[in-house]
Amino acid sequence: MRFGIVVFPGTWSDGDCYHAVTEVMGQEASYVWHKDTDLSSYDCLLLPGGFSYGDYLRCGAIARFSPVMGAIEGFVKRGGLVIGICNGFQILCEAGLLPGVLMRNDSLQFRCSWVNVRVENRSTPFTRACRPGQVIRIPIAHGEGRYYASEDTINELEEEGRIVLRYCTEDSQVTPESNPNGSLNGIAGIVNREGNVLGMMPHPERCCEDLLGGADGRYIFQSILA
Amino acid sequence: MTEKMSIPEEALDRLALTRAEYALVVERLGRVPNDVELGMVGSLWSEHCSYKHSRPLLRMFPSQGERVMVKPGEENAGVVDIGDGLAVVMKIESHNHPSAIEPHQGAATGVGGIVRDIFTMGARPIALLNSLRFGPLDQPRNRYLFGGVVGGISDYGNCLGIPDVGGEVVFSPSYSGNPLANAMCVGLVDTKRLIRARAEGPGNLLVMVGSDTGRDGIHGASGLASRTFEEERELRPTVQVGNPFLEKVLIEACLELVDSGLLVGLADLGAAGLTSAVVESAGRAGSGVEIDVSRVLRREEGMTPYEVMLSESQERMLLIIAPENWDNVKVITNRWDLWADVIGQVTDDDRVRIREGNVQVADLPVGVLTDPPLYTLEGKKPPELDRLQAVDLEALPLPSEGPSEVLLRLLASPNIASKLWVYRQYDHQVMTNTVVPPGSDAAVVRIKGTRKALALTTDGNGRLCYLDPYTGGAIAVAEAARNVVCVGAKPIALTDCLNFGNPEKPEVYYQMEECIKGMAQACRTLGVPVISGNVSLYNETRGEAIYPTPVVGMLGLLEDVDKGCQIGFRENGDVVLLLGGDAGDPGLAGSEYLEVIHHLVAGKPSLDLDLEGRVQGLCLSLINDGLVESAHDCSLGGLGVALALCCIKGQVGFRGRLDAALRWDESLFGEGQSRIVVSAHPDNLKRIIEKAQASGVPLLELGIVEGRNLNIEGLIDIPLAGIASRWENGLEEALK
Repeated sequence: MRFGIVVFPGTWSDGDCYHAVTEVMGQEASYVWHKDTDLSSYDCLLLPGGFSYGDYLRCGAIARFSPVMGAIEGFVKRGGLVIGICNGFQILCEAGLLPGVLMRNDSLQFRCSWVNVRVENRSTPFTRACRPGQVIRIPIAHGEGRYYASEDTINELEEEGRIVLRYCTEDSQVTPESNPNGSLNGIAGIVNREGNVLGMMPHPERCCEDLLGGADGRYIFQSILA
Repeated sequence: MTEKMSIPEEALDRLALTRAEYALVVERLGRVPNDVELGMVGSLWSEHCSYKHSRPLLRMFPSQGERVMVKPGEENAGVVDIGDGLAVVMKIESHNHPSAIEPHQGAATGVGGIVRDIFTMGARPIALLNSLRFGPLDQPRNRYLFGGVVGGISDYGNCLGIPDVGGEVVFSPSYSGNPLANAMCVGLVDTKRLIRARAEGPGNLLVMVGSDTGRDGIHGASGLASRTFEEERELRPTVQVGNPFLEKVLIEACLELVDSGLLVGLADLGAAGLTSAVVESAGRAGSGVEIDVSRVLRREEGMTPYEVMLSESQERMLLIIAPENWDNVKVITNRWDLWADVIGQVTDDDRVRIREGNVQVADLPVGVLTDPPLYTLEGKKPPELDRLQAVDLEALPLPSEGPSEVLLRLLASPNIASKLWVYRQYDHQVMTNTVVPPGSDAAVVRIKGTRKALALTTDGNGRLCYLDPYTGGAIAVAEAARNVVCVGAKPIALTDCLNFGNPEKPEVYYQMEECIKGMAQACRTLGVPVISGNVSLYNETRGEAIYPTPVVGMLGLLEDVDKGCQIGFRENGDVVLLLGGDAGDPGLAGSEYLEVIHHLVAGKPSLDLDLEGRVQGLCLSLINDGLVESAHDCSLGGLGVALALCCIKGQVGFRGRLDAALRWDESLFGEGQSRIVVSAHPDNLKRIIEKAQASGVPLLELGIVEGRNLNIEGLIDIPLAGIASRWENGLEEALK
């Protein structure tokens, strides 16, 4: 499988994603510069974490105008897999490829820590290697990860099973304490209606090796490869 | 002579030049300097840029070593070879004065500055650390400064995608009104890619790249960082405002330029801005430079050559390139949407010539600018020192609270309590190399593509340096080395940030001189060279100097990342040992216990450097041989706190006993040096004892890993959950 890792000027998880996909998962990957528009050689696009354009405005608000974004829209329409991690999730929301928006954490502070997320839907291409209701231990690192959308949208996401990952306790309870940023309904990751675009705030690429404190991130990548 | 004296006092004061220094400038030039020239001399002769009061003392530091590639003062940062064709570039630097005035931007731009020092040498920045000092959190101003500094570091560092893996935060009344914000950056470079900040090759072009130049930070080096100050509001415009996104882009573009082999030299614009970048690059190369300030992109209209030369606007770099490479350089800067333009060229005489269009505005010999007067002053022992050291701590009454209550209070003390509130605001995992995250004795960062890892820590104890500058200085080095040893790394180099008051006061000069002597001796005994450093002086508020606070940033090398060690106890039944155990009197001198419980800062700290070296050597060999399961430096809060942390981190209990011959407060909370708590499988005990005997290190069996309580016979018996919550919540409680 061939991965394209999209790089905006302020992206910084590109190298981490590249390492996880190639060195750990043994797949092919190359970088896609934000000014590029030819995506024909990729099966899956990764939009990594970072601060695409500094994100002094809303995160991703400028990145959505990068030339690559138009090409990604076409890629999605053709059914290609896209996964936006952290800043990538924010950009996908700003670009309208996913509904809702990521707001400032309710703590008003950046948070870097390990959290637990519960896999709510394992019928997506990004979660099919997971067990039902599996709890994944995974790092977060963001200042603006509080998922917000209108009541209608949230209901729709719930009803259509498009909330894929939800913050929870170690023993899979969704509680206010286990929610690190105040996301509505504890949302950590969602998919589009067609199911080929995933946005998630936690960083699976940061937990693919035991040496780094955990390897649950592999479930996401294994699902894509399955 | 009358001409010399005609310069008004305010003009000199603005530049923090003395009248005698002005006379020296006139003498060396053989004429009166114009405004631009005087501004340039003033900034480069400032304490911040010239180290004029500290350079003679810094020569005491050993900087030799087979791994050392770049020594202090040679370049923007020091460099050590770590094998496999790789080198580590590192430096620590202060941004104390800006942080005192505007904590968020002050600390943020401190991070920006130190990161530039690293990638200026062609190295990829791979880790940040911060050593911070504030006044007590019960004062609103200190809470504001603390929150601001941490927020500034978080905003800037996180945007760069460089993990912030460690450091320290200390609170003491000594830093009220004058917080310390020391930032350290560590970079990794292919030894063949190492590049220098040298303006070599007459005819080569000087290219400026990055941010436009504004009026911010003028006189930052001279006016702000090189004197004491009182009126904060008036100085706020001298603090720069950072743009971390631009810095991130600059990192990538500059490293791409280095990789492409297009550069002759690379320099950053830090303190004293364009002036220091061009003058120091010419000075290092023995060349001259000629620049036209009208080519510099301005942020606002009407800026004078003086302002352009002294602006400290952030995120600007200077490239030195061969003329034929300009087009290729431009391709790369355009790709990153960065402004870049030729502003001048390298010349073959040793002069700095500044033009604005066709009008010459400055013409100075490089040597005058790079050769400031140096001062060796006469120190005087502070009068209170003998009295403080002589306080009879044995006569101190035992506290009315019992050992358990004292332990809980110490665990919740902001100096000992978990710093999670701080480091969860820093991205410490990006780059996916962080093997041991913040909150340990030292952070461990692996190096992809090798078996190796780096251990990193910062350490410094102002209270001990205040009580005994020589011993306190030595302890800063010893403890930093001990910290990296505890994670299984061999200390190979250090960088230092020396924070003191006004050196023109004999008592402060004495503290600085003694601290440096002590540090230098510890470096020699432990075999660790100093490869870079920074000095921050004039840290005073209302005439009151801070504690002398040298901070050591230590680099350790693990040859095999899988052979590291951590703090937490692991298995029930493991034996718990104290290496260096019966080194005599653990002593209450300068301890956290003494200050928190008795509100007393007194006593004479002590350190046996030879023993320290043996203890570290033994610990490292035990870890390398796989004979111990955990290791933890016994420092702030003494053995009681050390054992509690081993339990908390390992989520398992301890049962044992301490030396009954001592007062309980001393045996539990005395902070004697050269002690490490280790745990080991009982089968390994015999070999450990043999090795300890062979290396002449005292060893004490303390007890065993067991159950869910911290149980010290006759003194303490508390459930783990109780001690953990006090330690985990202490800092946040203090912020309420």
